[in-house]
Amino acid sequence: MLEQYFGDYITVAVFLATGGLLVGAGLLVAGLIRPNKPSKTKSEIYECGIVPVGDGWSQTHIRYYIFALLFLIFDVEAIFIFPWALQLETFAANGQGLFVLVVMFLFIGTLLEGLLYAIRKGVLKWE
Amino acid sequence: MIENVPFALLLGIKVLVVLGLMLGVSLVLIYAELKWSAHIQSRVGPWYVGGRWGWAHPLAEAVKFLQKEDLVPEEADDKVFRLAPYVMLAGTVATFVVIPIGPEWVARNLDVGIFYLLAISSLSTLGVLMAGWGSGNKYSLIGGVRAGAQLIAYELPLVLALVAVAIQAGTLSLTGIVEAQATPLFTIGGVDIALPYVLSGQIIGFVIFVIASLAELNRTPFDLPLAESELTMGYVTEYSGLRFTMFFLGEYAGMVSMAAIVSTVYLGGYWMPGLSDSALDIAGPFILLAKIFFVLFLFIWFRWTWPRIREDQLQGLAWKWLIPLTLFNIIATATLKVVL
Repeated sequence: MLEQYFGDYITVAVFLATGGLLVGAGLLVAGLIRPNKPSKTKSEIYECGIVPVGDGWSQTHIRYYIFALLFLIFDVEAIFIFPWALQLETFAANGQGLFVLVVMFLFIGTLLEGLLYAIRKGVLKWE
Repeated sequence: MIENVPFALLLGIKVLVVLGLMLGVSLVLIYAELKWSAHIQSRVGPWYVGGRWGWAHPLAEAVKFLQKEDLVPEEADDKVFRLAPYVMLAGTVATFVVIPIGPEWVARNLDVGIFYLLAISSLSTLGVLMAGWGSGNKYSLIGGVRAGAQLIAYELPLVLALVAVAIQAGTLSLTGIVEAQATPLFTIGGVDIALPYVLSGQIIGFVIFVIASLAELNRTPFDLPLAESELTMGYVTEYSGLRFTMFFLGEYAGMVSMAAIVSTVYLGGYWMPGLSDSALDIAGPFILLAKIFFVLFLFIWFRWTWPRIREDQLQGLAWKWLIPLTLFNIIATATLKVVL
Protein backbone atom coordinates (compact mmCIF):
# COMPACT_ATOMS: atom_id res chain seq x y z
CA MET A 1 0.00 0.00 0.00
CA LEU A 2 2.72 2.39 1.01
CA GLU A 3 4.50 1.79 -2.27
CA GLN A 4 1.39 2.52 -4.27
CA TYR A 5 0.82 5.76 -2.46
CA PHE A 6 4.38 7.03 -2.25
CA GLY A 7 5.64 5.21 -5.36
CA ASP A 8 5.82 8.40 -7.40
CA TYR A 9 7.88 10.21 -4.78
CA ILE A 10 10.15 7.22 -4.12
CA THR A 11 10.83 6.74 -7.85
CA VAL A 12 11.71 10.40 -8.36
CA ALA A 13 13.87 10.48 -5.24
CA VAL A 14 15.74 7.35 -6.30
CA PHE A 15 16.39 8.75 -9.77
CA LEU A 16 17.61 12.06 -8.33
CA ALA A 17 19.93 10.15 -5.99
CA THR A 18 21.19 8.04 -8.91
CA GLY A 19 22.34 11.17 -10.70
CA GLY A 20 24.27 12.19 -7.59
CA LEU A 21 25.67 8.70 -7.09
CA LEU A 22 26.93 8.67 -10.67
CA VAL A 23 29.06 11.75 -9.94
CA GLY A 24 30.13 10.38 -6.55
CA ALA A 25 31.18 7.01 -7.97
CA GLY A 26 33.06 8.66 -10.81
CA LEU A 27 34.96 10.92 -8.42
CA LEU A 28 35.76 7.95 -6.17
CA VAL A 29 37.27 5.95 -9.04
CA ALA A 30 39.16 8.99 -10.30
CA GLY A 31 40.43 9.61 -6.76
CA LEU A 32 42.12 6.21 -6.77
CA ILE A 33 44.12 6.68 -9.97
CA ARG A 34 44.63 10.39 -10.48
CA PRO A 35 47.73 12.26 -9.27
CA ASN A 36 47.34 14.84 -6.52
CA LYS A 37 50.07 17.44 -6.22
CA PRO A 38 48.46 20.74 -5.23
CA SER A 39 50.49 23.90 -5.46
CA LYS A 40 49.87 27.60 -5.00
CA THR A 41 50.04 28.39 -8.70
CA LYS A 42 47.66 25.57 -9.64
CA SER A 43 44.98 26.67 -7.22
CA GLU A 44 44.92 30.19 -8.59
CA ILE A 45 41.91 31.44 -10.49
CA TYR A 46 42.44 31.47 -14.24
CA GLU A 47 42.06 34.85 -15.80
CA CYS A 48 44.48 35.20 -18.68
CA GLY A 49 47.75 33.76 -17.47
CA ILE A 50 48.84 36.51 -15.08
CA VAL A 51 47.71 37.08 -11.48
CA PRO A 52 43.95 37.86 -11.45
CA VAL A 53 42.96 41.47 -10.83
CA GLY A 54 40.44 42.11 -8.07
CA ASP A 55 37.82 39.80 -6.61
CA GLY A 56 36.25 36.90 -8.52
CA TRP A 57 32.81 38.12 -7.48
CA SER A 58 33.31 41.58 -8.90
CA GLN A 59 30.21 43.72 -9.20
CA THR A 60 28.22 42.75 -12.24
CA HIS A 61 25.26 44.64 -13.55
CA ILE A 62 22.58 42.03 -14.10
CA ARG A 63 20.74 43.87 -16.79
CA TYR A 64 17.91 41.43 -17.20
CA TYR A 65 16.16 41.97 -13.87
CA ILE A 66 13.19 43.52 -15.68
CA PHE A 67 12.99 40.39 -17.82
CA ALA A 68 13.02 38.39 -14.60
CA LEU A 69 9.98 40.33 -13.33
CA LEU A 70 8.16 39.70 -16.61
CA PHE A 71 9.14 36.04 -16.38
CA LEU A 72 7.49 35.73 -12.98
CA ILE A 73 4.23 37.16 -14.29
CA PHE A 74 4.12 34.87 -17.29
CA ASP A 75 5.20 31.80 -15.36
CA VAL A 76 2.31 32.27 -12.93
CA GLU A 77 0.06 32.71 -15.94
CA ALA A 78 1.25 29.37 -17.32
CA ILE A 79 0.30 27.71 -14.04
CA PHE A 80 -3.21 29.16 -14.41
CA ILE A 81 -3.50 27.95 -17.99
CA PHE A 82 -2.60 24.30 -17.32
CA PRO A 83 -5.71 23.32 -15.30
CA TRP A 84 -7.86 25.20 -17.77
CA ALA A 85 -6.22 23.32 -20.65
CA LEU A 86 -7.01 19.99 -19.04
CA GLN A 87 -10.66 20.81 -18.33
CA LEU A 88 -11.40 22.40 -21.71
CA GLU A 89 -12.69 19.15 -23.18
CA THR A 90 -15.15 18.62 -20.31
CA PHE A 91 -16.48 22.15 -20.60
CA ALA A 92 -16.84 21.85 -24.37
CA ALA A 93 -18.79 18.60 -23.91
CA ASN A 94 -21.18 20.42 -21.53
CA GLY A 95 -21.77 23.17 -24.07
CA GLN A 96 -19.83 25.78 -22.11
CA GLY A 97 -16.91 25.77 -24.53
CA LEU A 98 -17.42 29.27 -25.91
CA PHE A 99 -17.75 30.87 -22.48
CA VAL A 100 -14.59 29.18 -21.17
CA LEU A 101 -12.70 30.15 -24.31
CA VAL A 102 -13.68 33.83 -24.12
CA VAL A 103 -12.72 34.00 -20.45
CA MET A 104 -9.25 32.61 -21.16
CA PHE A 105 -8.82 34.88 -24.20
CA LEU A 106 -9.49 37.87 -21.97
CA PHE A 107 -6.84 36.62 -19.55
CA ILE A 108 -4.24 35.94 -22.26
CA GLY A 109 -5.16 39.16 -24.04
CA THR A 110 -4.55 41.21 -20.91
CA LEU A 111 -1.11 39.66 -20.52
CA LEU A 112 -0.30 40.12 -24.21
CA GLU A 113 -1.27 43.77 -23.85
CA GLY A 114 1.12 44.04 -20.91
CA LEU A 115 3.92 42.51 -22.97
CA LEU A 116 3.14 44.88 -25.84
CA TYR A 117 3.25 47.81 -23.40
CA ALA A 118 6.64 46.64 -22.12
CA ILE A 119 7.98 46.37 -25.67
CA ARG A 120 6.64 49.81 -26.69
CA LYS A 121 7.95 51.34 -23.48
CA GLY A 122 11.40 50.10 -24.46
CA VAL A 123 12.21 48.13 -21.31
CA LEU A 124 13.13 45.07 -23.40
CA LYS A 125 15.87 47.03 -25.13
CA TRP A 126 19.50 46.77 -24.02
CA GLU A 127 21.53 49.95 -24.08
CA MET B 1 4.04 -10.53 -15.23
CA ILE B 2 5.34 -7.17 -14.07
CA GLU B 3 2.83 -7.04 -11.20
CA ASN B 4 4.55 -9.90 -9.37
CA VAL B 5 8.00 -8.33 -9.22
CA PRO B 6 8.71 -6.57 -5.90
CA PHE B 7 8.67 -2.78 -6.10
CA ALA B 8 12.27 -2.29 -4.99
CA LEU B 9 13.67 -4.81 -7.49
CA LEU B 10 11.62 -3.33 -10.32
CA LEU B 11 12.81 0.16 -9.40
CA GLY B 12 16.41 -1.06 -9.40
CA ILE B 13 16.01 -2.55 -12.87
CA LYS B 14 14.42 0.67 -14.12
CA VAL B 15 17.29 2.74 -12.75
CA LEU B 16 19.85 0.47 -14.43
CA VAL B 17 18.00 0.50 -17.77
CA VAL B 18 17.66 4.29 -17.72
CA LEU B 19 21.32 4.77 -16.71
CA GLY B 20 22.45 2.36 -19.42
CA LEU B 21 20.34 4.05 -22.07
CA MET B 22 21.36 7.54 -20.99
CA LEU B 23 25.08 6.85 -20.83
CA GLY B 24 25.07 4.68 -23.96
CA VAL B 25 23.18 7.19 -26.08
CA SER B 26 25.31 10.04 -24.68
CA LEU B 27 28.54 8.28 -25.67
CA VAL B 28 27.20 7.56 -29.16
CA LEU B 29 26.06 11.17 -29.34
CA ILE B 30 29.51 12.52 -28.43
CA TYR B 31 31.03 10.37 -31.16
CA ALA B 32 28.27 11.31 -33.62
CA GLU B 33 28.82 15.00 -32.96
CA LEU B 34 32.57 14.68 -33.56
CA LYS B 35 31.99 12.77 -36.79
CA TRP B 36 29.06 14.78 -38.14
CA SER B 37 30.70 18.11 -37.38
CA ALA B 38 33.87 16.85 -39.09
CA HIS B 39 31.97 15.87 -42.21
CA ILE B 40 30.05 19.15 -42.26
CA GLN B 41 33.45 20.90 -42.32
CA SER B 42 35.02 18.43 -44.82
CA ARG B 43 37.29 16.80 -42.21
CA VAL B 44 37.52 13.14 -41.22
CA GLY B 45 37.23 13.65 -37.45
CA PRO B 46 38.41 10.99 -34.98
CA TRP B 47 40.27 8.31 -36.89
CA TYR B 48 42.80 6.27 -34.89
CA VAL B 49 41.31 5.14 -31.56
CA GLY B 50 39.67 1.71 -31.69
CA GLY B 51 41.11 0.63 -35.00
CA ARG B 52 38.36 1.69 -37.37
CA TRP B 53 36.70 5.13 -37.81
CA GLY B 54 37.97 6.08 -34.37
CA TRP B 55 34.86 4.60 -32.76
CA ALA B 56 36.45 4.38 -29.28
CA HIS B 57 37.29 8.09 -29.17
CA PRO B 58 34.71 9.12 -26.51
CA LEU B 59 35.79 6.20 -24.30
CA ALA B 60 39.44 7.20 -24.63
CA GLU B 61 38.50 10.75 -23.67
CA ALA B 62 36.66 9.55 -20.58
CA VAL B 63 39.69 7.46 -19.52
CA LYS B 64 41.96 10.44 -20.11
CA PHE B 65 39.85 12.75 -17.94
CA LEU B 66 39.73 10.08 -15.24
CA GLN B 67 43.51 10.39 -14.83
CA LYS B 68 43.59 14.18 -14.64
CA GLU B 69 44.24 16.02 -11.40
CA ASP B 70 41.16 17.44 -9.71
CA LEU B 71 41.69 21.08 -8.82
CA VAL B 72 39.55 23.29 -6.62
CA PRO B 73 40.68 26.93 -6.78
CA GLU B 74 41.65 28.49 -3.48
CA GLU B 75 39.33 31.46 -3.88
CA ALA B 76 36.38 29.38 -5.02
CA ASP B 77 33.29 28.89 -2.87
CA ASP B 78 34.27 25.35 -2.03
CA LYS B 79 30.90 23.80 -1.19
CA VAL B 80 28.97 25.33 -4.07
CA PHE B 81 31.81 24.48 -6.46
CA ARG B 82 31.79 20.82 -5.43
CA LEU B 83 28.01 20.48 -5.30
CA ALA B 84 27.32 21.91 -8.76
CA PRO B 85 27.99 18.77 -10.88
CA TYR B 86 25.79 16.68 -8.56
CA VAL B 87 22.85 19.04 -9.04
CA MET B 88 23.38 19.12 -12.78
CA LEU B 89 23.39 15.34 -13.29
CA ALA B 90 20.66 14.62 -10.71
CA GLY B 91 18.30 16.90 -12.63
CA THR B 92 19.17 15.30 -15.94
CA VAL B 93 18.75 11.70 -14.78
CA ALA B 94 15.42 12.53 -13.11
CA THR B 95 13.87 13.75 -16.38
CA PHE B 96 13.92 10.17 -17.67
CA VAL B 97 11.42 9.04 -15.01
CA VAL B 98 8.38 10.00 -17.07
CA ILE B 99 9.57 9.19 -20.60
CA PRO B 100 7.76 6.09 -21.89
CA ILE B 101 9.77 3.72 -24.10
CA GLY B 102 6.85 1.37 -24.78
CA PRO B 103 3.15 1.03 -23.94
CA GLU B 104 4.10 -0.74 -20.68
CA TRP B 105 7.63 0.52 -20.25
CA VAL B 106 7.92 3.70 -18.25
CA ALA B 107 9.81 4.29 -15.01
CA ARG B 108 6.75 5.99 -13.53
CA ASN B 109 3.73 7.34 -15.35
CA LEU B 110 3.25 10.52 -13.33
CA ASP B 111 -0.10 12.29 -13.74
CA VAL B 112 1.68 15.63 -13.80
CA GLY B 113 4.24 14.42 -16.39
CA ILE B 114 4.76 17.64 -18.37
CA PHE B 115 4.72 19.79 -15.25
CA TYR B 116 7.30 17.53 -13.63
CA LEU B 117 9.52 17.63 -16.71
CA LEU B 118 9.51 21.40 -16.85
CA ALA B 119 10.31 21.68 -13.16
CA ILE B 120 13.06 19.08 -13.06
CA SER B 121 14.78 20.12 -16.31
CA SER B 122 15.42 23.58 -14.85
CA LEU B 123 17.47 21.91 -12.13
CA SER B 124 20.46 21.49 -14.46
CA THR B 125 20.45 25.24 -15.10
CA LEU B 126 20.64 25.66 -11.33
CA GLY B 127 23.78 23.48 -11.46
CA VAL B 128 25.22 25.77 -14.13
CA LEU B 129 24.43 28.85 -12.02
CA MET B 130 26.08 27.22 -8.99
CA ALA B 131 29.18 26.38 -11.03
CA GLY B 132 29.35 29.93 -12.35
CA TRP B 133 28.99 31.48 -8.92
CA GLY B 134 31.08 28.97 -6.98
CA SER B 135 34.15 29.19 -9.19
CA GLY B 136 35.01 32.69 -8.01
CA ASN B 137 36.11 33.46 -11.54
CA LYS B 138 34.88 36.44 -13.55
CA TYR B 139 34.39 34.43 -16.73
CA SER B 140 32.48 31.74 -14.87
CA LEU B 141 30.30 34.32 -13.16
CA ILE B 142 29.38 35.94 -16.49
CA GLY B 143 28.71 32.48 -17.93
CA GLY B 144 26.44 31.54 -15.03
CA VAL B 145 24.56 34.83 -15.18
CA ARG B 146 24.03 34.36 -18.91
CA ALA B 147 22.69 30.85 -18.29
CA GLY B 148 20.18 32.37 -15.87
CA ALA B 149 19.17 34.93 -18.48
CA GLN B 150 18.58 32.18 -21.00
CA LEU B 151 16.51 30.19 -18.53
CA ILE B 152 14.11 33.04 -17.80
CA ALA B 153 13.78 33.94 -21.47
CA TYR B 154 13.29 30.47 -22.95
CA GLU B 155 11.50 28.65 -20.15
CA LEU B 156 8.32 30.49 -21.15
CA PRO B 157 8.18 29.48 -24.84
CA LEU B 158 8.95 25.95 -23.64
CA VAL B 159 6.11 25.93 -21.09
CA LEU B 160 3.60 27.70 -23.31
CA ALA B 161 4.35 25.44 -26.29
CA LEU B 162 3.58 22.45 -24.09
CA VAL B 163 0.33 24.06 -22.86
CA ALA B 164 -0.96 23.77 -26.43
CA VAL B 165 -0.04 20.08 -26.41
CA ALA B 166 -1.84 19.63 -23.08
CA ILE B 167 -4.94 21.26 -24.59
CA GLN B 168 -4.89 18.96 -27.60
CA ALA B 169 -4.18 15.80 -25.62
CA GLY B 170 -6.30 16.67 -22.59
CA THR B 171 -3.74 15.14 -20.26
CA LEU B 172 -0.33 15.92 -18.77
CA SER B 173 0.89 12.33 -18.58
CA LEU B 174 3.43 11.53 -21.31
CA THR B 175 2.07 8.03 -21.87
CA GLY B 176 -1.36 9.64 -22.26
CA ILE B 177 0.04 12.10 -24.82
CA VAL B 178 1.55 9.29 -26.90
CA GLU B 179 -1.75 7.38 -26.74
CA ALA B 180 -3.60 10.53 -27.81
CA GLN B 181 -1.32 10.77 -30.83
CA ALA B 182 -2.00 7.12 -31.64
CA THR B 183 -5.76 7.73 -31.65
CA PRO B 184 -7.07 7.81 -35.25
CA LEU B 185 -8.09 11.28 -36.46
CA PHE B 186 -10.00 10.30 -39.60
CA THR B 187 -10.53 7.39 -41.97
CA ILE B 188 -9.51 7.22 -45.61
CA GLY B 189 -10.80 4.24 -47.56
CA GLY B 190 -11.30 2.13 -44.45
CA VAL B 191 -7.82 2.86 -43.08
CA ASP B 192 -7.61 4.76 -39.79
CA ILE B 193 -5.13 7.60 -40.02
CA ALA B 194 -3.44 8.78 -36.83
CA LEU B 195 -0.84 11.55 -36.93
CA PRO B 196 1.80 12.70 -34.44
CA TYR B 197 1.27 16.23 -33.15
CA VAL B 198 3.90 17.73 -35.39
CA LEU B 199 1.68 16.86 -38.38
CA SER B 200 -1.68 17.47 -36.73
CA GLY B 201 -1.73 21.07 -35.61
CA GLN B 202 1.36 21.57 -33.46
CA ILE B 203 3.93 22.42 -36.16
CA ILE B 204 4.41 25.96 -34.75
CA GLY B 205 4.70 24.51 -31.24
CA PHE B 206 7.26 21.99 -32.46
CA VAL B 207 9.48 24.62 -34.09
CA ILE B 208 9.26 26.90 -31.04
CA PHE B 209 9.93 24.03 -28.66
CA VAL B 210 13.05 22.96 -30.58
CA ILE B 211 14.38 26.55 -30.62
CA ALA B 212 13.67 26.99 -26.90
CA SER B 213 15.20 23.63 -25.99
CA LEU B 214 18.40 24.58 -27.85
CA ALA B 215 18.52 27.68 -25.65
CA GLU B 216 17.83 25.66 -22.48
CA LEU B 217 20.66 23.30 -23.43
CA ASN B 218 23.07 26.19 -24.09
CA ARG B 219 23.67 24.88 -27.59
CA THR B 220 24.74 27.01 -30.55
CA PRO B 221 23.27 29.41 -31.70
CA PHE B 222 22.49 30.06 -28.01
CA ASP B 223 25.77 28.92 -26.43
CA LEU B 224 26.50 32.25 -24.72
CA PRO B 225 27.13 30.74 -21.25
CA LEU B 226 30.03 28.74 -22.71
CA ALA B 227 31.16 31.04 -25.51
CA GLU B 228 34.75 29.78 -25.82
CA SER B 229 35.87 32.75 -27.89
CA GLU B 230 34.89 35.35 -25.28
CA LEU B 231 34.62 33.63 -21.88
CA THR B 232 37.47 31.07 -22.06
CA MET B 233 35.14 28.18 -21.20
CA GLY B 234 32.28 30.01 -19.46
CA TYR B 235 31.00 28.39 -16.28
CA VAL B 236 33.33 25.36 -16.53
CA THR B 237 36.54 27.42 -16.78
CA GLU B 238 37.77 26.36 -13.32
CA TYR B 239 36.68 22.72 -13.54
CA SER B 240 39.21 20.05 -14.37
CA GLY B 241 39.46 16.29 -14.58
CA LEU B 242 36.39 14.27 -13.73
CA ARG B 243 34.33 17.21 -12.50
CA PHE B 244 34.67 18.77 -15.94
CA THR B 245 33.73 15.44 -17.53
CA MET B 246 30.58 15.36 -15.43
CA PHE B 247 29.53 18.75 -16.79
CA PHE B 248 30.36 17.57 -20.28
CA LEU B 249 28.35 14.39 -19.76
CA GLY B 250 25.51 16.35 -18.15
CA GLU B 251 25.34 18.56 -21.20
CA TYR B 252 25.10 15.63 -23.59
CA ALA B 253 22.73 13.64 -21.39
CA GLY B 254 20.62 16.81 -21.24
CA MET B 255 20.51 16.83 -25.04
CA VAL B 256 19.39 13.20 -25.00
CA SER B 257 16.61 13.92 -22.50
CA MET B 258 15.44 16.99 -24.42
CA ALA B 259 15.44 14.99 -27.68
CA ALA B 260 13.45 12.26 -25.91
CA ILE B 261 10.90 14.85 -24.76
CA VAL B 262 10.58 16.32 -28.26
CA SER B 263 10.19 12.84 -29.77
CA THR B 264 7.59 11.82 -27.21
CA VAL B 265 5.51 14.96 -27.26
CA TYR B 266 5.64 15.93 -30.93
CA LEU B 267 6.84 12.92 -32.94
CA GLY B 268 4.71 10.20 -31.37
CA GLY B 269 7.29 8.67 -29.01
CA TYR B 270 7.47 4.90 -29.08
CA TRP B 271 4.42 4.71 -31.33
CA MET B 272 4.51 3.90 -35.04
CA PRO B 273 1.55 3.38 -37.35
CA GLY B 274 0.57 -0.20 -38.12
CA LEU B 275 2.00 -1.88 -35.03
CA SER B 276 -0.10 -3.45 -32.29
CA ASP B 277 0.50 -2.79 -28.58
CA SER B 278 2.28 -6.12 -28.06
CA ALA B 279 4.58 -5.44 -31.04
CA LEU B 280 5.27 -1.95 -29.67
CA ASP B 281 6.36 -3.43 -26.36
CA ILE B 282 9.35 -4.89 -28.20
CA ALA B 283 9.84 -2.40 -31.04
CA GLY B 284 8.92 0.72 -29.02
CA PRO B 285 12.34 1.45 -27.54
CA PHE B 286 14.00 1.21 -30.95
CA ILE B 287 11.40 3.43 -32.61
CA LEU B 288 11.91 6.00 -29.85
CA LEU B 289 15.70 5.75 -30.25
CA ALA B 290 15.42 6.38 -33.99
CA LYS B 291 13.30 9.47 -33.32
CA ILE B 292 15.71 10.66 -30.63
CA PHE B 293 18.63 10.40 -33.03
CA PHE B 294 16.70 12.29 -35.68
CA VAL B 295 16.18 15.18 -33.23
CA LEU B 296 19.79 14.98 -32.08
CA PHE B 297 20.89 15.19 -35.70
CA LEU B 298 18.89 18.43 -36.00
CA PHE B 299 20.61 19.80 -32.87
CA ILE B 300 24.07 18.99 -34.24
CA TRP B 301 23.22 20.28 -37.71
CA PHE B 302 22.10 23.62 -36.26
CA ARG B 303 25.23 23.90 -34.15
CA TRP B 304 27.58 23.60 -37.08
CA THR B 305 25.68 25.82 -39.49
CA TRP B 306 24.69 28.86 -37.42
CA PRO B 307 26.83 31.50 -35.72
CA ARG B 308 26.25 32.48 -32.09
CA ILE B 309 23.71 35.26 -31.59
CA ARG B 310 24.16 38.26 -29.31
CA GLU B 311 22.66 38.47 -25.81
CA ASP B 312 20.16 41.21 -26.69
CA GLN B 313 19.15 39.37 -29.88
CA LEU B 314 18.59 36.26 -27.76
CA GLN B 315 16.27 38.12 -25.38
CA GLY B 316 14.53 39.90 -28.25
CA LEU B 317 13.84 36.64 -30.09
CA ALA B 318 12.24 35.11 -27.02
CA TRP B 319 10.15 38.05 -25.81
CA LYS B 320 9.16 39.69 -29.09
CA TRP B 321 8.60 36.62 -31.26
CA LEU B 322 8.42 33.28 -29.50
CA ILE B 323 6.22 34.19 -26.50
CA PRO B 324 3.53 36.07 -28.51
CA LEU B 325 3.62 33.25 -31.09
CA THR B 326 3.12 30.57 -28.45
CA LEU B 327 0.20 32.54 -26.96
CA PHE B 328 -1.44 32.70 -30.39
CA ASN B 329 -0.73 28.99 -30.78
CA ILE B 330 -2.57 28.33 -27.52
CA ILE B 331 -5.55 30.43 -28.64
CA ALA B 332 -5.67 28.67 -32.02
CA THR B 333 -5.38 25.19 -30.50
CA ALA B 334 -8.06 25.90 -27.89
CA THR B 335 -10.45 27.33 -30.48
CA LEU B 336 -9.99 24.32 -32.75
CA LYS B 337 -10.46 21.99 -29.80
CA VAL B 338 -13.81 23.57 -28.89
CA VAL B 339 -15.06 24.03 -32.46
CA LEU B 340 -14.15 20.59 -33.81
